[in-house]
Amino acid sequence: MTTASVPLPNWISYGLIPLLNLLLAFFFSGLVVWWIGESPLEALKFLIQGSLGRGDAIGFTLFYTTSFIFTGLSVAVAFHAGLFNIGSEGQAYVGGLGAALAALALDHYVPWYVTMPFAITAAAIFGAAWAFIPAWLQAKRGSHIVITTIMFNFIGAALMVYLLVNVFIVPGKMAPETRTFLEGGQLPKLDWLMALFGLKLGPAPFNVSFLIALVMCYLVWLLIWRTKFGYEMRTLGISPSAAIYAGVPYARIVIIAMLISGGLAGMMALNAVNGAAARLQVEFVAGAGFVGIAVSLMGRSHPVGIILAALLFGILYQGGADLSFEMPTITRDMIVVIQGLVILFAGALEYMLRPAVVRIYQQFAKG
Amino acid sequence: MSLDPSPAPAIELVGIDKKFGPVHANKNINLTVARGSIHGIIGENGAGKSTLMSIIYGFYQADQGQIRINGKPIVIRDSQTAISSGIGMVHQHFMLVENFTVLENVVLGVEGGALLGRDAARAREELKRLQKDYGLEVDLDAIVEELPVGAQQRVEILKALYRGADILILDEPTGVLTPAEADHLFNVLRVLREQGKTILLITHKLREIMAITDTVSVMRRGEMVATRATAETTVEELAELMVGRRVLLHVEKGEAKPGPVLLSVKNLTVKDSRGLKMVDNVSFDVRAGEIVGIAGVAGNGQSELLEAIAGIRKPSSGEILIDGQPVAELDAARRRELGLAHIPEDRHHMGLVLKFEEYENSILGYHRDQRYGRGAFLDLEAIRKDAEDKIAKYDIRPPNPRLKTANFSGGNQQKIVVAREIERDPKLLIVGQPTRGVDVGAIEFIHRRIIERRDAGKAVLLVSVELDEIRSLSDRILVMFAGKIVGEKTSEAGEQTLGLMMAGIAA
Repeated sequence: MTTASVPLPNWISYGLIPLLNLLLAFFFSGLVVWWIGESPLEALKFLIQGSLGRGDAIGFTLFYTTSFIFTGLSVAVAFHAGLFNIGSEGQAYVGGLGAALAALALDHYVPWYVTMPFAITAAAIFGAAWAFIPAWLQAKRGSHIVITTIMFNFIGAALMVYLLVNVFIVPGKMAPETRTFLEGGQLPKLDWLMALFGLKLGPAPFNVSFLIALVMCYLVWLLIWRTKFGYEMRTLGISPSAAIYAGVPYARIVIIAMLISGGLAGMMALNAVNGAAARLQVEFVAGAGFVGIAVSLMGRSHPVGIILAALLFGILYQGGADLSFEMPTITRDMIVVIQGLVILFAGALEYMLRPAVVRIYQQFAKG
Repeated sequence: MSLDPSPAPAIELVGIDKKFGPVHANKNINLTVARGSIHGIIGENGAGKSTLMSIIYGFYQADQGQIRINGKPIVIRDSQTAISSGIGMVHQHFMLVENFTVLENVVLGVEGGALLGRDAARAREELKRLQKDYGLEVDLDAIVEELPVGAQQRVEILKALYRGADILILDEPTGVLTPAEADHLFNVLRVLREQGKTILLITHKLREIMAITDTVSVMRRGEMVATRATAETTVEELAELMVGRRVLLHVEKGEAKPGPVLLSVKNLTVKDSRGLKMVDNVSFDVRAGEIVGIAGVAGNGQSELLEAIAGIRKPSSGEILIDGQPVAELDAARRRELGLAHIPEDRHHMGLVLKFEEYENSILGYHRDQRYGRGAFLDLEAIRKDAEDKIAKYDIRPPNPRLKTANFSGGNQQKIVVAREIERDPKLLIVGQPTRGVDVGAIEFIHRRIIERRDAGKAVLLVSVELDEIRSLSDRILVMFAGKIVGEKTSEAGEQTLGLMMAGIAA
């Protein structure tokens, strides 16, 4: 009880402590690398170069970052209302169906910027729809949202495989995926943005949905800290009993917060489906929904924190892929271990260093 | 006072100083507590009493200064050190495992080995001896949650004594007790003193200080402002020392002028989650221009009654009318629109969101109001302005609407709630424990605001376990026992009469 309640300046709480946690995570990752007989510094060099060293590397990093921003925001919105949405993965997957349908329906007739609003809306609606049933069950029946959203990930995955194999598959092809969208159904790459910094995007799939993600960050911030609905969400999330006292309608908040959360998860498909692959594929979410949980946790459910955490995970994803290519002894699984250490130190052990930091801070504050 | 020839005092604090960031919680505190005495510490909330006790009990470390126990300087790093130095603490909120027996609670943490049996038997012997010596009778095999609050408190005292406490710190021990239970506690404390124990009593109730202590020390704004022999001081002097100005201990109010009925409760029954009747067929009216007090020992259905009226808990049968309108189908927010305001009993869990900044709490429950922002958006500027006005008007300290609510003292937190609810000028104000854990200066302030409501021709329903508060504020007093209203009295009714009714003995 002594140190947890001591107020620290924001630059320590939100700057120094996360940084120390990150350094600790890298230190232990370095130990693991050293243990399997490679040079940690060399590995770090590959990791950084592979993610930030070239134009296309940065492009891939930001591509991953974009997906993680969407799913991170999704988890964060639900979290502010006291809900642990584990289902961003499935909601993003089903959101892909909406994004693909919009593209398939319109790409013959209109340019991309006409398709885009439809794709955004459809992705959000499909993602939200997938979150609705768990939300309703939580709000009206008290079924725990963690359990139901996990189950809906599996149901969503099965549904999507069925649709891709039986409905959307291109006749005569083996791959369970839709036809490739024409340009009217794609989101263009942001090579002009990279060019501003004198970088070449190359083959990296960094696209317009990054800008959509940034807009969503602003809108989520607005929603949570500037609207009456956000106020009610936060009241419910922090203190359910105070929410009842204040007359905050529980069921309504739970359902709407989950719809927004699912919608944000669904929009992740814009990046992967309309932006990168230009078609709907099996398993396109590839774990981004789960990474969103870690991103939201690390980013303290604040859009600015989420952008930074998403960038970190983007670096780990892209740099990690490059690292395992350059150092074959460091396999994909090793990269997962490193990501796991980051989540462990920056997320789960968030408070481990805090008491020590508080003590040191008090020494300084006194003197 | 004990005439022990060995002069080393039980506790000596020399120059204790403690800062929390910019807050100077304890300023150069010197305190000497004679062995075998009952020493009272009083002070407003936020005066630094709790911090000082936490330092003695090892929750905090002092920045400077020395603690001497029985003349020996020691450094108390944690509560383990405190316990092994013979210090025991009885917290305001009991630290008991409710579904354990008394014996299990007492030995918890000092079991002495992996197997319970043998040590439990030894503990039972030891406890029997302690019970006999100090008059602390309580059934060792009873489940704690089935015991009355007074008995639970005796368990806490037993726990401390079993751990070898020579010095007992009691933090607001009578807050949850009936007058009879409080008397019983005082008898126990007197026996403990006779047996040579030293007792440090933290309270904001001046009457208790006068009734039981030998010496009293007053804290104000982090400083120890005075120490008096209790026999040589008066309630008025202590109150003035605490607050730093003269205080009216008894609220003055004129004759009530009751008007039309604003709250009508008819045959109301409220059940808890287990299906037990917490409120049992209760009917009463509250009129404009009167304060109706509900007296009763905590846990006799008052809380559930308040919550049912506020729209927080669904009654199982009966009717509630606010200003003539049935409200069964309306939630708490809708009832506010009808002119209801509610100062809840539990400000930490209901009245406030402690992690919010002050200004965010200043609109809780009224946040949908157009004055705090048009449409879906909050107008932060207007809200902060409004919060600043309330802070000024209610003297909420520190006057900073951006401060996290958890960092305000209890009295100031309560003022945040009171300001929010009263400034809406409600027709009907329902109030639960308005001054629980609130200091004398703030009590006076809150009482005045409540009486102002009445004098402005509004209705007030007051629930409190403080009989003094009920008696000094109410125009009519309803006594609740076991979910029923067992009688109605005027404010002239004696404490004895009401106390017996509260205990369910006389109607």
